[in-house]
Amino acid sequence: MFRASSLIIPFTALGKGTIFITQEMGRIAIFFFKSLVLVFSRPFQIGKIIQQTYFIGTKSLFVICLTGGFTGMVLGLQGYYTLVKFGSTGFLGAAVALTLIRELGPVLTAIMVTGRAGSAMAAEVGIMRISEEIDALETMDINPIRFLVSPKLAATLISMPLLTALFDVVGILGGYLTGSVLLGISPGVYFTRIETSVVLEDVTGGFIKSIVFAAVIVTICCFQGYFTHTRTDGFGAKGVSNSTTSAVVISCVLILVTDYILTSFLL
Amino acid sequence: MREPLIQFKNVYKSFGENHVLNGTDLSIYKGEIITIIGKSGGGKSVLLKHIIGLLEQDSGTILFEGCPVSDMNKAERKALKRKCSYMFQGTALFDSLTIYENIALPLKETTSLTGSEINRRVRDKMEQLDLHEIDEKYPSQLSGGMKKRVALARALITDPEIVLFDEPTTGLDPIRKKAVHKMISEYQQKFGFTGVVISHDIPDIFNISQRIAMLNDGRVLFEGSQDELSAASDPAIKEFIQGMEIRHEKMDCIPSLAEKGKLAGARAYAMPGQTGFSIILLHLDNLNEITLSQGPGASKAILNSFVSKAHDCIRNTDSCFFYGQDGILILLPGLSRDKAEIMCDRLISMINISDILEKEPISNFCLFASASFAEASSGNRPEEIIVGSEFKQSKKYKLSYCK
Repeated sequence: MFRASSLIIPFTALGKGTIFITQEMGRIAIFFFKSLVLVFSRPFQIGKIIQQTYFIGTKSLFVICLTGGFTGMVLGLQGYYTLVKFGSTGFLGAAVALTLIRELGPVLTAIMVTGRAGSAMAAEVGIMRISEEIDALETMDINPIRFLVSPKLAATLISMPLLTALFDVVGILGGYLTGSVLLGISPGVYFTRIETSVVLEDVTGGFIKSIVFAAVIVTICCFQGYFTHTRTDGFGAKGVSNSTTSAVVISCVLILVTDYILTSFLL
Repeated sequence: MREPLIQFKNVYKSFGENHVLNGTDLSIYKGEIITIIGKSGGGKSVLLKHIIGLLEQDSGTILFEGCPVSDMNKAERKALKRKCSYMFQGTALFDSLTIYENIALPLKETTSLTGSEINRRVRDKMEQLDLHEIDEKYPSQLSGGMKKRVALARALITDPEIVLFDEPTTGLDPIRKKAVHKMISEYQQKFGFTGVVISHDIPDIFNISQRIAMLNDGRVLFEGSQDELSAASDPAIKEFIQGMEIRHEKMDCIPSLAEKGKLAGARAYAMPGQTGFSIILLHLDNLNEITLSQGPGASKAILNSFVSKAHDCIRNTDSCFFYGQDGILILLPGLSRDKAEIMCDRLISMINISDILEKEPISNFCLFASASFAEASSGNRPEEIIVGSEFKQSKKYKLSYCK
């Protein structure tokens, strides 16, 4: 009897885990669709969306420029010393631009936004949950998802492609700084190669990725905060801290997973 | 017979293994203020959250105007929610919004009123609740009492038909408590809403409630008027009303709280509508000597036993406190001095020292007690009467213990 039950344990755990993950995915999907639909419910929350766009987008400008610039500079350096072995340093512009526009731009922007705005969203919503502010909204017949999550989703969907574009541009300029200014590649060659090798599909691919990442960040971060009270690994402030940690970790992992899935479809 | 506005019929609710509501039956009538009392963690807030739809019952029925809430469609539930307003125990104000924005929020989000109309209503409500010059402040910049008033303003801004108050006065000083009670009562008379109040302010809260319900272990143990509550013979009700949970071992901390008549004064003031009150001050004259001869355990047991027996013979609306290190103060609203003397005699006759002491005393001893009585009209200041009663000793008692 004992042996039989001990043999079952791993399968029970596996089943339990699978059911839990499936349920969570379902709940997250419902949460996302509700938030998305409620973005378009009347009266439009224009003021709140602008406020959130300022917080998520405008306030992230500096950090995006900084990371974009240095990423481009590193790519310029690494690319130059790799290409110089083959005598094809002229392709540096194309290498930097394609890497940034297709991959690094959307991914690194998403990770930076997660760290800066996503964690703040999870903590804000989590604190509102534990201080009964979300319950208060419900008692006032105000839909908490519409009031709290929808403006954040709309703002992130607006901000993310713009931030990604900025990241790409600053990154290309960073590559120019190291490749041309420091290491002596002709600026004309650097930019001509970019112009001839980057096609609209690359830009569209990066745009689609940034939109999907925006949805992932807001959904995961707000979901974690919104259901802080149902956590079993901590209550109150501890619960909020755990929610914020989970929000950032899950968002970053999902960004990389969805990046792989999207890339395989887009290529 | 009146039709209840809200009715709970055999409602059960559990959170995992924790059974919070165990067949709760309760009727709430239109236009009344009903107070729900009961031990902390006894499911009072859960009951309130069922009314507004924050929680769903596991089984049983909740009727609103005779119609089961569970059978209502989305629009009907929404309409019901709009009729209700909830004042949270912890205020639940939005920390990131200013006081003005907090109060205006329900109007901004759920009505199509113009900005100037919302502004007028918010200003009116703030004026009525004495909330001056705090529009631009944030909740964290306000005191606890002020936050409660802001929460009350937010709860009343939509002119709801039903207002649910979850411990509206917890954490307030006695003056603010009275102000909040007065406010609830005045607003109820003015707007005619139905109020459901959860409170531990016994007996203060009874003054503003038409009916009282007591929740014990997830069931409504009592439902009725204040007079019916006073006359209730159920020991659980008596125990709760008189705060008897603390009367035995944990009483040691009480004397420090009962500074000269402070507690008694508060209670006496809180008894409006009474024709007057009598006070018995029972002083155990030689308790210090007993402590020296028999040990501190013996004197403590004697004092505790006096309070315990006093609680057994007084009515629910009476109060009994420790008074200093060797005295007991009994407050008897609506009772004459003669009757107070009879009650005191009865109390003394119930005391049997040999039953009280856990260990056998070292030697024979006598306990001398003296009782002072005072009678006053409700307009009198209790502190003065208490001080006066100390000089009007009228009865002496002697209780002896012989091996």
